[in-house]
Amino acid sequence: MRRLLIAIALAFSAVFLLLPLVNVFAQALSRGWAYYVDSLAHPDSLAAIRLTLLTSLICVPLNVLFGIAAAWAIAKFDFSGKSLLITLIDLPFSVSPVVAGLMLVVLFGAQGFLGAWLREHDIKVIFAVPGIVIATLFVTFPFVARELIPLMQAIGSEQEQAALTLGASGWQTFWHVTLPSVKWGLLYGVILCNARAMGEFGAVSVVSGHITGLTDTMPLRVEKLYNEYNAAAAFAVASLLALLALVTLAIKTMLEWKTRRELALAQTIGSVAPVEQPEKFDSNASNTP
Amino acid sequence: MSIELKKVTKKFGDIEAVKDVSFSVEDGELMALLGPSGGGKTTVLRMIAGLETPTKGDIFIGGRRVNDVPVQQRNIGFVFQNYALFKTMSVFDNVAFGLKIKGWSRAERRKRVEELLELFDLTGLESRYPHQLSGGQRQRVAIARALAPKPRVLLLDEPFGAVDAKIRQDLREWLVRLHSELNVTTIFVTHDQEEAMEVSRRIAIFSRGILEQVGTPRDVYEQPCNEFVARFVGVLNVLETEVRGGVARAGELEFPAHGLSEGQRMRIGFRPYAVQVSSDPTQYRYNAVLRHTFFLGVMLRLELELPSGLTVRARISKEEYQMLGLQDGQLVSFQIKQYRVLAQEGAALQPEVALTYEPPPNYGADI
Repeated sequence: MRRLLIAIALAFSAVFLLLPLVNVFAQALSRGWAYYVDSLAHPDSLAAIRLTLLTSLICVPLNVLFGIAAAWAIAKFDFSGKSLLITLIDLPFSVSPVVAGLMLVVLFGAQGFLGAWLREHDIKVIFAVPGIVIATLFVTFPFVARELIPLMQAIGSEQEQAALTLGASGWQTFWHVTLPSVKWGLLYGVILCNARAMGEFGAVSVVSGHITGLTDTMPLRVEKLYNEYNAAAAFAVASLLALLALVTLAIKTMLEWKTRRELALAQTIGSVAPVEQPEKFDSNASNTP
Repeated sequence: MSIELKKVTKKFGDIEAVKDVSFSVEDGELMALLGPSGGGKTTVLRMIAGLETPTKGDIFIGGRRVNDVPVQQRNIGFVFQNYALFKTMSVFDNVAFGLKIKGWSRAERRKRVEELLELFDLTGLESRYPHQLSGGQRQRVAIARALAPKPRVLLLDEPFGAVDAKIRQDLREWLVRLHSELNVTTIFVTHDQEEAMEVSRRIAIFSRGILEQVGTPRDVYEQPCNEFVARFVGVLNVLETEVRGGVARAGELEFPAHGLSEGQRMRIGFRPYAVQVSSDPTQYRYNAVLRHTFFLGVMLRLELELPSGLTVRARISKEEYQMLGLQDGQLVSFQIKQYRVLAQEGAALQPEVALTYEPPPNYGADI
């Protein structure tokens, strides 16, 4: 029975997970190595890679800042509206990315609430890079915060109070005490956030306008090439995203282990705060096409 | 540095955690804040540290009002109940933290930390992390860390709460020695009356946010100001008596009526040491069966059961116990040498009444 179950699980993983992944690389190289390199070196592909990197370079730090601030506030203070804030942080998980994109169009589009004002000031959001960044920010919103909240709650605030009694200022306490004790959890959140930022398709697709060479991110570029019946080039770009997924997976596994240790450490000694297991959200959300 | 609290009140929402508390601690004194959990003692300690702000009243350290002085500038050492060691730092870095913050040079820091580690018997553990230490070692690191920047005041919150009984005893003695060596004003919070009695020179007893009594261990034991203190500090036999035939009675035991009329009730308390026991069943007025003997080191506690089922606790020394040749299940006689009229909780106590002689069956109310 046990062997059968294991066999089923392995077969399933092979067909639905491993095979597609292998296929991505096989297809990418189906017209030879030179074509693969050419596909990636194509100016439009390079532009897409640049835009994807830029988007994630903006979104990840912003989400780190927000995530730390939100987790800090939720874990250390009691305030009215706390449960509302926790719910809001989770919102991007429950909203379909396409809907998220449409919400931005409604808000910033030509006919949107802020459309007239934006036009007056000559600011383009929808069908431009700012829209892509905002859409990505929205969908990656929860990653860092969700990772840090349970960790910070488990650690409690006694260590920070101890630092204060020893003369440390708020910032010194944050740098020397708070940050080091959550660093692996933070990195874990950053890795997941980055994977999602680079791989996001739905929300970005709605706001991008698909202007080749200008507002195409890597996932959008993959779709476009595929629709143009250029499968080999599409898979060449896709292979980069698949590679990113593999690297993310490897780092994630390592960090998960470190984070668990961090949490276990928080629980073993000197924590009076009620200890909660971290809710591991669906990591499949870090998507690749 | 001396510490003084003047009419300090602390509210958390609608709950008054500390109510109108005033007391002072002299320079170099070792004082205990004692009370059941939720009594407000930890809140008082945290207000002195600056981790909480009083709702009303003033706190003075070294004669200076510190209500508006932030915790960083109060120059106090605080030892948390669970030690709150920095888990990502080694023992050395933990102890050096306060010095680093205060801008000591690397060489000065090293010298001071080494000096403390030696004083606290932690040499060789510099590079260990908190999770690699035993409970007692963690506690010593926590105190070393608090003392490193040479604070004017050392505050300890339940410092022995998280270590086991054997180490706790060692740590108590060690804290007394440490205090006499360093002579820094020290306040510690405990819910263990034995610990408070053994370690401190003076005890402040809290219950439900109120400061019940401040005094030496002897004061609070022998001259408790109310029933709460009498019951909380040490063991107390408490009897509910009713006046019948001009005498206050509880089972076989009789006490003067103290001016009460027939049917009125009175609560009486006496310490186990006030009960005199004899193995001769005829020597004293009351007879009882020795049910259990509890060995508490040099002293023993006897549980005496009267024919009516009433239980009285007595305390005698080991020598006395051996001299009397007592055994569980044996018939003994006893008398009560001193007792107090407790009346009711919260009311001031009447002075102790001595009953050192065999009272006549019907004596007057005035004694």
